[in-house]
Amino acid sequence: MEYSILIVITPFLLFLFLGLVGGKLKPNVAGLIGTLGMGLCAVLAYTVAFQYFFNVGKIGESWSQIVPFNFVWLKFTDLLHIDLGVLLDPISVMMLVVITTVSLMVHIYSLGYMKGETGFQRYYALLSLFSFSMLGLVVATNIFQMYIFWELVGVSSYSLIGFYYQKPSAVAASKKAFIVTRFADLGFLIGILILSFYTKTFDFASLTANDAELVTTSFAGGTFMGLSLATWALALIFMGGAGKSAMFPLHIWLPDAMEGPTPVSALIHAATMVVAGVFLVARMFPVYFFAAPDVLTMIAYVGAFTALFAAVIAITQTDIKRVLAFSTISQIAYMMVALGVSEYGGHDGLGYMASMFHLFTHAFFKALLFLGAGSVIHAVHSNEMKDMGNLRKYMPITNITFAIACLAIAGIIPFSGFFSKDEILAAAYHNHPAIFWTLWFVAGLTAFYMWRLYYSIFWNGDKKYDGHHKPHESPWTMAVPLVILAVFSIFSGLIPFANFISSDNMPFYTHIDWKVASLSLVVAVTGIFVARMLYRKASTKPAEIAQKMGGLYTASLKKFYMDEVWGWVTKTVVFRYICEPIKWFDRHIIDGSMNGLAWVTQKSSTAIRGLQSGQVQFYTWFFVAGTLVIALLVLFL
Amino acid sequence: MNILLLFVFIPILMIGLLFLTNSMKTIRSIMVAGATALLALSIVLVILFLRERAIDPIAEMLFISSWSWYAPLNISFTVGVDGISVAMLMLSSIIVFTGVFSSWNMNMAKEFFLWYCLLSIGVYGFFITIDLFSMFMFYEVALIPMYLLIGLWGTGKKEYAAMKLTLMLMGGSAFLLVGIIGIFYTSGHVTFNLLEIANNLHIPIEHQRWIFPATFLGFGVLGALFPFHTWSPDGHASAPTAVSMLHAGVLMKLGGYGCFRVAIYLMPEAAHELGWIFLILTGISVVYGAFSAVVQTDLKYINAYSSVSHCGLVLFAILMMNRTAMTGAIMQMLSHGLMTALFFALIGLIYGRTHTRDIREMGGLMKIMPFASVCYVIAGLASLGLPGLSGFVAEMTIFVGSFQNAGVFRTVLTIIACCSIVITAVYILRTVGKILYGPVQNEHHLHLADAAWYEKISTVGLILAIVFMGFYPSGVAEMISNSIIPIIERLAGV
Repeated sequence: MEYSILIVITPFLLFLFLGLVGGKLKPNVAGLIGTLGMGLCAVLAYTVAFQYFFNVGKIGESWSQIVPFNFVWLKFTDLLHIDLGVLLDPISVMMLVVITTVSLMVHIYSLGYMKGETGFQRYYALLSLFSFSMLGLVVATNIFQMYIFWELVGVSSYSLIGFYYQKPSAVAASKKAFIVTRFADLGFLIGILILSFYTKTFDFASLTANDAELVTTSFAGGTFMGLSLATWALALIFMGGAGKSAMFPLHIWLPDAMEGPTPVSALIHAATMVVAGVFLVARMFPVYFFAAPDVLTMIAYVGAFTALFAAVIAITQTDIKRVLAFSTISQIAYMMVALGVSEYGGHDGLGYMASMFHLFTHAFFKALLFLGAGSVIHAVHSNEMKDMGNLRKYMPITNITFAIACLAIAGIIPFSGFFSKDEILAAAYHNHPAIFWTLWFVAGLTAFYMWRLYYSIFWNGDKKYDGHHKPHESPWTMAVPLVILAVFSIFSGLIPFANFISSDNMPFYTHIDWKVASLSLVVAVTGIFVARMLYRKASTKPAEIAQKMGGLYTASLKKFYMDEVWGWVTKTVVFRYICEPIKWFDRHIIDGSMNGLAWVTQKSSTAIRGLQSGQVQFYTWFFVAGTLVIALLVLFL
Repeated sequence: MNILLLFVFIPILMIGLLFLTNSMKTIRSIMVAGATALLALSIVLVILFLRERAIDPIAEMLFISSWSWYAPLNISFTVGVDGISVAMLMLSSIIVFTGVFSSWNMNMAKEFFLWYCLLSIGVYGFFITIDLFSMFMFYEVALIPMYLLIGLWGTGKKEYAAMKLTLMLMGGSAFLLVGIIGIFYTSGHVTFNLLEIANNLHIPIEHQRWIFPATFLGFGVLGALFPFHTWSPDGHASAPTAVSMLHAGVLMKLGGYGCFRVAIYLMPEAAHELGWIFLILTGISVVYGAFSAVVQTDLKYINAYSSVSHCGLVLFAILMMNRTAMTGAIMQMLSHGLMTALFFALIGLIYGRTHTRDIREMGGLMKIMPFASVCYVIAGLASLGLPGLSGFVAEMTIFVGSFQNAGVFRTVLTIIACCSIVITAVYILRTVGKILYGPVQNEHHLHLADAAWYEKISTVGLILAIVFMGFYPSGVAEMISNSIIPIIERLAGV
């Protein structure tokens, strides 16, 4: 399996090539090279997946961890060193498939979507950089390698959000995304430092081996503020994950990140990078479960709250990409909850499997939704719902594929989202009824806002478009990825996931829990039905309802003022009450005292300067006077 | 002849040749040839050093030679290098080399380069010598040209800045002189030789208690130790490009290197006893510098405060006194030297065209000068610690190393220092966002030219070094780390 390293290296070489000489190539050529390279990665990833799952992965009854490639990159101490390598196990192989598939679709789609944009070559170079970083992240053999690629995805995301760098809003959004996630990464880094200080290793295999024995035994009972240090370390590591995966209250960067080109949103801010936090917790799952179950419970509650919170906001947004962004936050929160409620081993680890399952299916249908939205935006040149409507007549392929994705995310049988969401609800149902009912309610909201989105774009009256700007179906480069992803969105739920992925790497048997399934189907259908009533035809009913809701509606529209809260913290607290006073202190107190010292020296030298006037008469006078004084002193004493 | 002496002879030869000519072309040829020779010499030295080291892994210093200078006081001129000084020599050569290209169009070029060469003599001399007397002498040789270089070729409040910088650094070196004389007389045998003092003699603890703070402070001023850092923003802001590069890139490293080589190496007991005071000051430097940089509006001030923060981290890591942290400190010196030189080269480039350094008066430069802008972004990313560039490996080595110390005090300080990675991101992205992105602010800027070929040489050279270190840190780390063992042993022997 040594060739698996090529999956990571190829995009990096593409990045170097396109970054250095891309500008000299014709845009189409650069795009094709990028796409073909990504195609190669996808082929390799599928080969690896096939070989792993059907040939070499299973040893006895359990899935093994294969490390085909690993070397010491930087040695800190004899025990602590950063390795770079490739770790193949069920979740990393699954991620390879997800990332390369979505990335390839986005590469193809962008050939059409980004056509004629300035910086086309740069765009493809950055896409390659992102793919490289994301692939390196999922195959990381140790937590520090993950941190390295974690930072790299952050930078690629920053560069791609700010792709339209002349647009101030894009620049602001990219900055916000980077700084918020950097803040979260600070927690991640400190968590790594604490964890590695006690366990003396960064290696995932050593950390998780034997029910995370190393972590549970090495902390020696240290506590801080009533919580064990292991809990602190793992909570801080989760903070990093919460930043990337946009958990409340660190979610504020994701909606703004929609300033980037839409295919980028599909790849980075829907399917791959934003699930890195989920992947991190999954990767460390035994450690969380055995060493810090409290943190896992916290994750479950944070996730459940975020799911509800984001869904409520998604209902009122009018920018179609923002609706999708909040829906992404909500769906990632589902995955987090699933991990939080999960237990370890066999069927008890249902939540773990469900989380990965939902990650897998969500990647396809959410990428499809974003690419569909991109197709719509491409046609009408606007992000706002009010500029859309009746588009089903103009864009049949987009219409059908978008509807499929909406069915999938709403969790309608037999689309993929149904199966994965059902497993999450089933996992929550037994252990955490309160969380279950929250998620159940969110499932209804999800169905509602997604179908509100669908009807508003493709139905909602007989909107006429002027002859000149008549919307039309997108070119085949954009339509083909939509169709392929639609196929994935329909069928990927049929994969018997529990055979491949489980918390203890032992396959187990699951079945659909029909009680839970029917509950979720009922609420999903209700949501769709309500959306159909309100938005299928143009009407004033939605506005009237909004009027009645009053403050709640405004709060949701304003995203519960979280941006304002953060803005206050950064602008007022940090800038005005920390940085400005420090600047003043530095100028006036520190530098002032230095200048004062110089001033005193200068003044005192001026004062005694008269003594060295250079006038000989003066010196003689002093000389005589001095001699007299000394003589008198000698004489009379 | 000892290869190390060439580091001093080549600049002396350059000065001699510069005296003979007046044509700009010849001056440039002399400078390029000399700087290239120095760069090549450093590479040769690295190779020779690694080879010698493989043969003799025990010796503390290699290539040792000594010439008696003034026998009655036992003053001699002793040279020798270990992995750390080799690394610093390499850094100096890179910066001297790129600095020449960054000052391609200096007016009064001959005089400028004369002082420039003199400055590099001081820098090189400091790194090759291992006796306190010569070290101090070269230290002063490096400081004096700075006054003229800033005072004559500077911009803005140049006289004030030059005076302030020189006086504050001279103040520091007064402490240093006292410390050195103290070492000379208290170590038990009148000698300036570092190795001899460290290995055969011992400074009594009651003397260490005052010599350690004096030397640490003396060197610390040059390393921009809080609260003696204010010369740095004013000085850098007024200095011409190449001088800023050399000063922030190399000269500030003399401070860290001196703290390490003199204060800690010779006085380990006092370092253990009093280190915590300076640890607090450096901890403040790290966060304070970063916070100050957030609200500055002049590009050079931003970079100068960022240097306060990054150099603070150097001294911080040295005081953590374990092998990993100290290795990180030296790596941070290299990394900061390279990236801050790159920053100053680019700021000089931008200032030379826009005639402003105020970030509020610029915008959208990415569109106008893409090459320089991309380089600026790379410098910024190196500064905020992007993996694959030098800043990341240095900072991570420091953080991991510092965290290996037991005790709440050091752990808490390390966590506070870690916070700088967020603040750094804030001021870097703020600057990049303001000057490079967004719409073009000033339409006069629309026709500005991108980097010329000599500026490209300078920036690309620095970027290559940054990338090399970011991709292959283990080579650098190993060379440094092995040379730290003697110091660690002395610290552990306390």
